[in-house]
Amino acid sequence: MITLNRIPAADPVLEAESFWWQPLAVVGLKVLVVFVIGLVGTMFMVWFERKIVAGMQNRVGPNKAGPFGLLQTLADGTKLFFKEDLIPEKADPFVFRIAPFLAFVPAFLVWAVIPLGGDFTNGHDGTVTWFGEVTRVQLADPPIGVLLVLAMSSIAVYGVMLAGWSSGSKYPLLGSVRASAQMISYEAALGLSLAAVLMTAGTLSTSGIVSAQSSITNWHLLSTGIVPFVVFLIAMTAELNRPPFDLVEAEQELVGGFHTEYSSIRFALFFLAEFMNVISMSALLVTLFLGGPQPLYLGGTDIFAVLGPFGGTAWLLLKVFAFLYMYVWFRATLPRLRYDQLMNLGWKVLIPISLGWFILLAALQVARDSDVSGLRYSLVVAGCLIGIALAYMLFQAALNVARRNREAEGAAY
Amino acid sequence: MELLVFVLASVMVLAGAIGVIAYNNPVHAALGLVLTLFGIAVHFVSMEAHFLAAVQVIVYAGAIVVLFLFVIMLLGVDRAEDLSVEPFQIQRPLAVIVGVAISGLVIAAVVRGRSTLGEQLKSGVPGDDNIRELARSLFSDNVFAFELTSVLLIVAVVGTVVLTRRQRGGASK
Repeated sequence: MITLNRIPAADPVLEAESFWWQPLAVVGLKVLVVFVIGLVGTMFMVWFERKIVAGMQNRVGPNKAGPFGLLQTLADGTKLFFKEDLIPEKADPFVFRIAPFLAFVPAFLVWAVIPLGGDFTNGHDGTVTWFGEVTRVQLADPPIGVLLVLAMSSIAVYGVMLAGWSSGSKYPLLGSVRASAQMISYEAALGLSLAAVLMTAGTLSTSGIVSAQSSITNWHLLSTGIVPFVVFLIAMTAELNRPPFDLVEAEQELVGGFHTEYSSIRFALFFLAEFMNVISMSALLVTLFLGGPQPLYLGGTDIFAVLGPFGGTAWLLLKVFAFLYMYVWFRATLPRLRYDQLMNLGWKVLIPISLGWFILLAALQVARDSDVSGLRYSLVVAGCLIGIALAYMLFQAALNVARRNREAEGAAY
Repeated sequence: MELLVFVLASVMVLAGAIGVIAYNNPVHAALGLVLTLFGIAVHFVSMEAHFLAAVQVIVYAGAIVVLFLFVIMLLGVDRAEDLSVEPFQIQRPLAVIVGVAISGLVIAAVVRGRSTLGEQLKSGVPGDDNIRELARSLFSDNVFAFELTSVLLIVAVVGTVVLTRRQRGGASK
């Protein structure tokens, strides 16, 4: 018997005073599943994207390796393994070597806090029983949940930044400076729209956030008003460096962006991290705004109820899939933004909107918590609206003054 | 278990701290700083201060050191410096004095506060309540200091913008 006290209990399975092999088996299995989902999901995501984009452009796309070309990514990955691993002469060897891992490891760790399934139907709290142990279908459920994701996305900036710097070449450096500026700018909007969800849910833990969205009217998509969802979606696309925000690797300007000098398996790691981030951030979006594994009752019935304990997972996959398709759609249809447009959108549109909406939600929450009557409540709403209108006018005035100053100084655009 | 975590995290902190001083290349030194901050975050986790750990990583590692790196890259000072040339003669002796003084202060604080520190740990609440407790203290008892800090930051930002802004010809009408 192993006795472990005072382990930070990130999983109900580890809270027992003493335990034998079952909890270890459960945790081991979960680690394995998360790892495999991460890798296999990424593999199919690459295939999916190539196939859909090909379809939208009236091409066939990968169709040689395996049925429907499903194994194309595997073939490409194997090829990358056997290519020569080149380290440029002017590169900083140590930093050049660790940068891909700094991009790759955070992408994996995000999976740890995402509820991948579980029984949330009829007000259950999402725990399941495996091998006689009560656990959650997520690798870890720390009390800080969502903050871990934010921490990981801020670590991922290092991968991009150091890769560009350590390459010892100007295009990667420019690409990485652009990338990190973009990621830092949009992290603010991302965090602010996320804060609206956290305030409505009243908890930071991802399983708690899912539990709070027990019916479609409770989904944070609706209960926070659509605005945080839209801001989060845009900020997330920018954070992932996906089109139309893929200035980081604008081929016409920067060759390939921060990973220009990378080849072989190191490049594969960047590639893998990028696609894995797309999937894990979509899963996060679904967790935060669309109830994660919560079923959607169509006419009073849960269509995945036949799958029993895997119903939640099926719902999660379905919802994530919709967003993955959307990302591919973005890539196939939207042209890339210009750099100043990107920064304008981030700082002058998304951040003010998400901040204003957050304050509005906070005011309404306070009014609701203090149980004011109908008339008083509408007064609060009216006050909020007037406040927002005033703030908007002030903000526009400030922007106009700034623009006039710039134009007076001879800026032309 | 706890001892193992403590030793590993402390090794991280110390190795990072030594790295910050010993590396000639500013980028490597900044990475050493990241290692130190991570070690401190691990310490926070092992003391069940999850929120502080997350904030440590998000704010210090994720924002502040990234900013350092940004400045280093943009200014192009990412080469090893020749340390034998000293532009300010008094800088090094002063640095030694300040360093010793700060170490002394920290040691004195730990020694004096040893008894009270233990007592507060016992009354600590783990998990979600931890965050709630922190928020309550920040937004009720210490709200004035909290708001003042944010005003200070705004003043710093505005000041920087005003100082770096050059008035070019034709700007003053």
